[in-house]
Amino acid sequence: MAQMTMIQAITDAMRIELKNDENVLVFGEDVGQNGGVFRATEGLQKEFGEDRVFDTPLAESGIGGMSIGLALTGFRPVPEIQFFGFVYEVMDAISGQMARLRYRSGGSFNAPITVRSPFGGGVKTPELHADSLEGLMAQQPGLKVVIPSNPYDAKGLLISAIRDNDPVIFLEHMKLYRSFRQEVPEEEYTIEIGKADVKREGSDVTIVTYGAMVQASLKAAEELEKEGINAEVIDLRTVSPLDIDTIIASVEKTNRAIVVQEAQKQAGIAASVVAEINDRAILSLEAPVLRVTAPDTVFAFSAAEDVWLPDHTDIIEKAKTVVNF
Amino acid sequence: MGTKTLENIEGQFEMFQILNENGEIINEEAMPELTDEQLQELMRRMVYTRILDQRSISLNRQGRLGFYAPTAGQEASQLGSQFALDKEDWILPGYRDVPQLIWHGLPLYKAFLFSRGHFVGNQADGLNMLSPQIIIGAQITQTAGVALGLKKKGKKNVAITYTGDGGASQGDFYEGMNFAGAYAAPAIFVVQNNRFAISVPVEKQSAAKTIAQKAVGVGIHGVQVDGMDVLAVYKAVTDARERAINGEGPTLIETMTYRYGPHTMAGDDPTRYRSEDLDSEWEKKDPIVRFRKYLESKDLWSEDKENEVVEKAKEEIKAAIKEADKTPKQKVTDLMSIMYEELPQNLREQYEEYSAKESK
Repeated sequence: MAQMTMIQAITDAMRIELKNDENVLVFGEDVGQNGGVFRATEGLQKEFGEDRVFDTPLAESGIGGMSIGLALTGFRPVPEIQFFGFVYEVMDAISGQMARLRYRSGGSFNAPITVRSPFGGGVKTPELHADSLEGLMAQQPGLKVVIPSNPYDAKGLLISAIRDNDPVIFLEHMKLYRSFRQEVPEEEYTIEIGKADVKREGSDVTIVTYGAMVQASLKAAEELEKEGINAEVIDLRTVSPLDIDTIIASVEKTNRAIVVQEAQKQAGIAASVVAEINDRAILSLEAPVLRVTAPDTVFAFSAAEDVWLPDHTDIIEKAKTVVNF
Repeated sequence: MGTKTLENIEGQFEMFQILNENGEIINEEAMPELTDEQLQELMRRMVYTRILDQRSISLNRQGRLGFYAPTAGQEASQLGSQFALDKEDWILPGYRDVPQLIWHGLPLYKAFLFSRGHFVGNQADGLNMLSPQIIIGAQITQTAGVALGLKKKGKKNVAITYTGDGGASQGDFYEGMNFAGAYAAPAIFVVQNNRFAISVPVEKQSAAKTIAQKAVGVGIHGVQVDGMDVLAVYKAVTDARERAINGEGPTLIETMTYRYGPHTMAGDDPTRYRSEDLDSEWEKKDPIVRFRKYLESKDLWSEDKENEVVEKAKEEIKAAIKEADKTPKQKVTDLMSIMYEELPQNLREQYEEYSAKESK
């Protein structure tokens, strides 16, 4: 076992899959010699050569379209979109094409593509670097959307994503890249896509969350504990498809829930989770299911992002509201 | 050499022609090596496709076909280019490019099912082709990827894609060619310039005098070809293919052509944006008429031969429609099962719901 940051775990997952399967290709802007702007691909070109790990011209739509073409000829592409705010440039290639390849070819072809991309607030980026756009992706049938919250999960989920025969959008929260280390096995292992993880068991309220908000939720749960409120924290890990069974089992136990996301409130993952709980467990509920989210503006200019982003105090407040309802 | 390299931008993009409007060879040294049988086969395919177009329009009017984009006028561009391909080459077509798929192996009844919006019509059945792309230009970046994949796998094959003069305005057109150029990938980008993107004339698409010259901006070969001259199109694609598989990179080919009919059969009225004079000017350039003259002068074609093709086409179309009619009705559950390799929970639940509905 080694102590790894999330970014090291991600590099490790790609290294393992590049080794396991000669059809795995890693490419994107600056991923070659430079090792990626966050060093996610550090050393991979040197180890596997320019044929397998390579730089692309600076054009996201081209990267997306090329990934589809490579998939058609038998490869398993792992493209990087340098920041997920740039996804608008490649929306057609992802949502209009990649997600629909199996469908539009009547099942003749599939797109075993893993689109990796950093996202998320709290690191003072310029605009269109930090946005949480997972809701946009999750609305597209044909895609899976995975968001790890820690190094261990990142490695197991990324290996699963690369081996998946359908396109996976793999979103890596920038604040988690180097914020903490964790024991991560050096050998390969997988974590099933579509399975949530109960990070903390509790009996009074369920906190459903993912990404960087998992840490905030765990911190909130510790504080709530001091006040006698026992919170269960569920890390979704995959936001499309949702692990409905784990969410519902928890809500049926605690009878109360809040959903926490870094993204804005309108539409989105949290709204979907609330709707699923209402559809399936309304009679178990002792209080309405509330959401902790960012406000419905464009992602804040960085000088205001600390206030704009939800934190553990917002989570504590909402949890108390549903507990005291 | 039928096609030229990137030496002199101004002089380079004069239209390449072998067979003029009167059916005369005007560029003997560029004449491709084709046997008499191959020449006849090219003619047979063009005549067949013209009949298919006429029948498709009439079937559409009877409500027996769905989405249909007429092809008459573009036979030389479509079939001359496909004729230069190997069976293992990849075709990434635009929405009007069903004839190339048919001659690449797509059964006719599947072309009709595609038109009817039935998923079986989109299946490739082991052929190296995608179904016609609807988003203008999306297939062009994919072509760069297929071509790069072929190169990485060490295959001596190419990826060819088709778009129109409007498609050449898309960012994906530039990105696809630029990527393929940067990787020296074996790709061929065919722009069938039929002068109108639905109603917008090509002059309004760009300040560029030709679409072929856009190749210069990405550093690849470019050529403008008489798209009503099947021999010139065939030769240009043959040369491009040879360069591509020899590692000399991609080629942009602009074929100067015209669609006689409307943009699609969904209500487009070309009289709103095209004059009768322009129509008749282009009808004089007809690819079948000129090639017929040429073949007749070589004693390779006759009225009897042509009638045989027409009759065969009509019979095969009739049989293909019957076959299409026999295909089981498409179900929503069929579509659910081709979304993912395995159904996720939401679709599993919805699958059950729709199975129950559909078994009623």
